[in-house]
Amino acid sequence: MGGLLHYIVEPGLLSSGPVRTAVLVGTVVAVTSGVVGVLTVIRSQSFAGHSLADVATTGGAGAFLIGVSQFWGFLIAGIAGAAVMELIGVQRRRGRDVATGVVLGAALGAAALFLYLGTQTSSTTGASFTILFGSMFVISPDTVPALIASGLLALVVVAVLSRVLLLTALSPEIAAARGVRVRAVGVAYLVALAVAVALSAVVIGAVLSTALLIGPAATSLRVTKRPGLAMAAAALTGTAATWLGILLAYDSYYWTSGGRGLPVSFFVVALVVLGYLLTYARLPRRGRTGRGQAARAPENQEAPECSPA
Amino acid sequence: MTGQAGHELLQLEGIGVRLGGRQILRDVSFTVKAGEFTGLIGPNGAGKTTLLKVILGLQAPTSGRVLLNGRPRPRRGGRLIGYVPQKLAIDPDMPLRARDVVALGIDGNRLGFPLPSAARRDLVTEALLAVGAEAYAGARVGELSGGEQQRVMIAHAVISRPRLLLLDEPLANLDLRSEQGIVAVLARLAREQRIGILVSAHDMNPLMRETDTVVYVAGGRAAAGRTDEVIRSEVLTALYGSHVDVLHVHGRVLVVAGEEADQAHHPVEAGLAATDGGS
Amino acid sequence: MFSSLMMNTWIAASIVAVIAGVTGFFAVLRGQSFAAHAIPNGAFAGAAGAGLLGLNVIWGLAAFALAGALGIGALGRRARQDVVTALVLVLMLGTGALFLSLSTEYAEVTYSLLFGEVFGVSPNVLVPIAALGAISVAALTVVYRPLLLASALPEVADARGVSTRRMELCFLIVMALAASMTVPVVGALLMFALMIGPAAAARSFTRRPGYAIAVATGIALVTVWAGIALSYRTNWPLGFYVGVIAAGFFLLGQAWAAVRRRGSAPRPVPALSAVQ
Repeated sequence: MGGLLHYIVEPGLLSSGPVRTAVLVGTVVAVTSGVVGVLTVIRSQSFAGHSLADVATTGGAGAFLIGVSQFWGFLIAGIAGAAVMELIGVQRRRGRDVATGVVLGAALGAAALFLYLGTQTSSTTGASFTILFGSMFVISPDTVPALIASGLLALVVVAVLSRVLLLTALSPEIAAARGVRVRAVGVAYLVALAVAVALSAVVIGAVLSTALLIGPAATSLRVTKRPGLAMAAAALTGTAATWLGILLAYDSYYWTSGGRGLPVSFFVVALVVLGYLLTYARLPRRGRTGRGQAARAPENQEAPECSPA
Repeated sequence: MTGQAGHELLQLEGIGVRLGGRQILRDVSFTVKAGEFTGLIGPNGAGKTTLLKVILGLQAPTSGRVLLNGRPRPRRGGRLIGYVPQKLAIDPDMPLRARDVVALGIDGNRLGFPLPSAARRDLVTEALLAVGAEAYAGARVGELSGGEQQRVMIAHAVISRPRLLLLDEPLANLDLRSEQGIVAVLARLAREQRIGILVSAHDMNPLMRETDTVVYVAGGRAAAGRTDEVIRSEVLTALYGSHVDVLHVHGRVLVVAGEEADQAHHPVEAGLAATDGGS
Repeated sequence: MFSSLMMNTWIAASIVAVIAGVTGFFAVLRGQSFAAHAIPNGAFAGAAGAGLLGLNVIWGLAAFALAGALGIGALGRRARQDVVTALVLVLMLGTGALFLSLSTEYAEVTYSLLFGEVFGVSPNVLVPIAALGAISVAALTVVYRPLLLASALPEVADARGVSTRRMELCFLIVMALAASMTVPVVGALLMFALMIGPAAAARSFTRRPGYAIAVATGIALVTVWAGIALSYRTNWPLGFYVGVIAAGFFLLGQAWAAVRRRGSAPRPVPALSAVQ
């Protein structure tokens, strides 16, 4: 048993500085993403989350070009993207996801440019890779306070607004009739989303950040319909996937003789998706009641749902 | 009324449907003849759409059978039946004009690419004229009003000359003028093209003047026959399982639940907004 | 820029633009533009994997793109389509990251697979692209009518015997094939722009389906041609130009639609007598 444990927990895991930073930051990120993600899935805004991730890529690339820490790039670009999305009216009208995607697609083009220019001028290789796919083990300790603070801020915003956000997801008209400032609330939510995406981008990369945002949330919502419970479950699931991902990535250094590990982001994403698929294995009997319809369902993207599919 | 009805196009015999553990429909039988205008009436949730799906072959009945022209219903599809579903959610930007939608009715289910021809264009124009939609033939179908879209969908359904036309709640959410227009179009189609028409609705009043027969669905069962035979207090009371009164007011029909109203408020009694005098 | 070396690029990009335009028309019609994000990422993973194994990149692209497409199709029916698409998307990307990290020269390969590489179209990639293009065009021509019906009016299609499920599968497969062709040229992350931008713009410019396809294709062609020319001159990545130009056309379409809406007079209500 001792030998097996030793094999799973490779030497130096628990005493390694980068690992401890990774676990700390990873936990904050997983919790924030999970909670915000539940709202995103309920509001059927997975596409918005992904578009923001694409924009965050641009920010990260821009930050790399200027030589600033990537988190700020992710964050500022994400908030700018959120503002653009609000302007386009992605929350107010159906079918605006096409508009959002195309306009933010231009942002991705800019990311391509920034990365290209950046690699011309700087000597750091593999910068593209870390921006896109994360740098969990190379988070610089000075950014850690900022990361934690942003995460907490986003969580506070969500905690304060969660009931209102659920109501507006159900019916913006009812919410407005009750005196809720629907648009302002929507903007606050988008900002929280931008923060969650930026945090997630730091640890597993901009293009993969959607995994921590949507995966645990979708998994939890398949298991419970109560939003509060789902948020807790998503935070736990995301954290578990992150810890396990860190463990596996660290161990992978010892698996190959070349001494190069496999990317953390891959493990985290794979675990998150695995978790989601497992919910299908557990609940075969519930297949008939209201799940899966024969016709293709564009309405999944239109009408917000408060219960899982 | 549309005059002499022809042979039997559609026969339902003892149809029962069980969905999700509930018996939605039980022992439903009726007939639709060529040239006949039939109303499929009942409160929301009674199973009207389910019944239409059974006729279309999209929902398998748990008992009973469907006969088309005397023969058992083949696999779904086929040119015998035209279908106009409930209001479609169409994107206003969708690049499809009214006449394109109608053209799809000719052969939209066949593989390949349609070659534009004068013959196709004329067929489409003729169909649009028959439903009174020629004024907006070139407009985007997503930008049309509810009533206009209904006419276009009717043209789409009849252009391939079906013998039977099914419409699912075509009058829901239409203003009075559009309602009357649609009913008139349908009645004319039944008369002139000898099509059998089955229209589902929760309010029978707009249809009253034109229906030859009625199939009233409630409580999981149906009563079918001539309009004046079915829309009676005794018949509906038996269907609903609780006391129901049928009142005739100025040519309009009001179906009112009695004291025992344990079912939801019945939306049929809408007739009071009438403008013309009625029969 | 018209040297024989670049001719491959021009030809490949033109084929890609045509397929992107046609496929994009249906993607926007069906409201499945998000799939146009996800499936190319599958292609990305496949290309990385193929590179790792030393195979011709195109086969990897096609195989993984198809897997992603079928995954979305199969799972998307049982679950929320937007969630499934997002998860397939990231899983594919993550797998691609894995493959890339296992290979030795991952920086440049990452970049070109994700953002396009105007000089990277070698002859042994051109032939498969042409073949895939031909297959895609043939497939779409064959299913054009039922696919149009199933996409625009799904309930009616079902009633007429057109299997919406089969059409969905058909469409996703064609999109996977399109992705396999497009990713080597414009990159996985920008394929969305080339596929969706022109198609979304075309809807604003014309009301007829046939014309909309033609216009989408035309805009896509102009986009890649301008992109290649500019990329050649400035050495900036092709993906950048594609993203920006596609967005430009889209905004142009939006502006046009707004002008059209404001300028059109309300249509007269038809009199009752016209019908009876």
